[in-house]
Amino acid sequence: MSTLSQATEVVDPVPGADAPHLPDQPDLVQLLTPEGERVEHPDYALEVSEEELRSLYRDLALVRRWDVEATALQRQGELGIWASLLGQEAAQVGAGRALAADDMAFPTYREHGVAWTRGVDPLHVISMFRGVDQGGWDPVATGFNLYTVVIGAQTLHATGYAMGMQRDGAESAALAFLGDGATSQGEVNEAMIWAATFSAPVVFFCQNNQYAISVPIERQSRVPLYRRADGFGFPGVRVDGNDVLAVLAVTRAALAAAREGQGPTFIEAFTYRMGAHTTSDDPTRYRLASELEEWKLRDPIARLKAHLSRSGIADADFFAAVDAEGDELAVRIRRGTLEMPDPAPTEIFDHVYAEQTPELARQRAEFVSYHASFEGEQ
Amino acid sequence: MTETLTIGKALNLGLRRAMEDDAKVVLMGEDIGKLGGVFRITDGLQKDFGEARVVDTPLAEAGILGTAVGLAMRGYRPVCEIQFDGFVFPAYNQIVTQVAKLHARSKGRLPMPIVIRIPFGGGIGAVEHHSESPEAYFAHTSGLKVVAVSTPADAYWGIQQAVAHPDPIVFLEPKRRYWEKGQVDTAGSSGPLFASRVVRAGDDVTVLAYGPMVKTALQAAEAAAEEGRSLEVIDLRTISPLDLDPVYASVRRTGRCVVVHEAPLTLGLGAEIAARITETCFHSLEAPVLRVGGYDTPYPPSKLEEEYLPDLDRVLDAVDRSLGF
Repeated sequence: MSTLSQATEVVDPVPGADAPHLPDQPDLVQLLTPEGERVEHPDYALEVSEEELRSLYRDLALVRRWDVEATALQRQGELGIWASLLGQEAAQVGAGRALAADDMAFPTYREHGVAWTRGVDPLHVISMFRGVDQGGWDPVATGFNLYTVVIGAQTLHATGYAMGMQRDGAESAALAFLGDGATSQGEVNEAMIWAATFSAPVVFFCQNNQYAISVPIERQSRVPLYRRADGFGFPGVRVDGNDVLAVLAVTRAALAAAREGQGPTFIEAFTYRMGAHTTSDDPTRYRLASELEEWKLRDPIARLKAHLSRSGIADADFFAAVDAEGDELAVRIRRGTLEMPDPAPTEIFDHVYAEQTPELARQRAEFVSYHASFEGEQ
Repeated sequence: MTETLTIGKALNLGLRRAMEDDAKVVLMGEDIGKLGGVFRITDGLQKDFGEARVVDTPLAEAGILGTAVGLAMRGYRPVCEIQFDGFVFPAYNQIVTQVAKLHARSKGRLPMPIVIRIPFGGGIGAVEHHSESPEAYFAHTSGLKVVAVSTPADAYWGIQQAVAHPDPIVFLEPKRRYWEKGQVDTAGSSGPLFASRVVRAGDDVTVLAYGPMVKTALQAAEAAAEEGRSLEVIDLRTISPLDLDPVYASVRRTGRCVVVHEAPLTLGLGAEIAARITETCFHSLEAPVLRVGGYDTPYPPSKLEEEYLPDLDRVLDAVDRSLGF
């Protein structure tokens, strides 16, 4: 063998990659089986009325309809990109519905389902993906921070915000969203160290959707993610992320503990990203179709629908009404997106500082006068 | 009331007053509480204001800045101490991608009144990462403001103005000058934070400096005067935004300008300042704007730092070259 061919020989697998991974997959906290059967869990009792169950279903269905419409809008060139939440509706709606009005959520860029539960207008989320602004909602009024694109950075913001709540004597908590990939970030580990050290009222809600774009969870962690919490000195719990009732119960309990001064909890919501990472991604390059088919059997909406139907809590009329409401929502989103005005070009100079600096004012004036020089040209 | 204070003590008193004035001011950093900071800038503050307002943090700079963002969102005014200039880089992500941008991306809904105090510059015989001048990285980032103090009076008033200011500020403290003394009128008032200042009037060459190099420039002016050359020295004080109107007025009279900083020459502040002077004062210039700075090398071992850092002679050499055109 020549030196050249030796040097270019493909090493497969990557050294060390055959180390044992995820040795045991412990039971998830589950209150609703994939078949839609209601089960009890000794640590997480959930009192939920029939009305609440129907309203949870409505949230799940409308959020998915929004997501489907946004993906379509991107395919038609109306959005620059879209990060789909397909498959993660229950994790997001369950977590969002656990929040109290004066709690504060710190999302990544995929938490459309949480945004929905906080009353954020879908068009204010869409505007970011259309390139109109960086998110049009008021983070203070909604208790839902702007999306954070730098992976994991928001977990520190949530922790600091929770430290502020502590200093204010507020009985509220912060909910930090992150993904499985983010658990490898230094800043996320710093956030958990700070939260533990100061016993800050923050809950880390990790949606383990199995992939960081294309890289599987085995490349991020050798232990189940929820067990990381042990090392930081606070409780970790793994919940079925496709079971909206279990997510609601587990997140409610963690937020209540945080508000009562018991410090942070790490929740691993075990779920699956049924779509692509974003509309720019092609998951067929890195995962098997059979895997997706397997997860489709655990669909978060189908299982709640099965439960509602079987138990007589909702009938065909109810589901038809929700479908119709979804279609109306889609029409509103589509129309609102197409009618969304482009921002004024001079907006790039706005809000860089509380008060514009002389140099920025000069550049703005130059920009205006440069563009004015084209007026009247053909 | 006028007192004689060191820059370090002036900062300490200024921080104390800022904390008295606003209960939302929270100091955060490594070793700033019980120890009072490695330079003792926060000495005694935790004892008087408590552990919730003077926070001994875990040893994690990204954590300091990232949690400061959250505290600012909640209405607090965090003052973060980075122990040494070379240790700011773990926090650089939070400073550049979050602190600097949140006001703009939230359309002003999330103000970030955060002060990032950094002892900067060399000359103290330290090991590596303790002598750096990272100001250009921050001045290049929109959304941040950057100031550098050079006197006890500016330290005392400047830190209070920075804490009260609505935008995030990188507040650079000339660590080798912490023990320099000067008069501070603590009962008076101060000029604006974002303004440069003529600190010595002259006619032949304009010399610009900030932070630790202001003293060096003044020493050069003193030496030049003995040879009959009159240097005008301007303390820039604010690095972002730059306040160059007094500089332009000076250069239009002298026709010559030398910019001095410890940071490496290439793409340092001197480059930006030279470009702006050239654009604005082209017809008044008798010589190109010259720069005196550190070399484009890693900061050297301390036995060589006196060769690396600009000093009186290198400033005078540049003045001679300027006058030689």
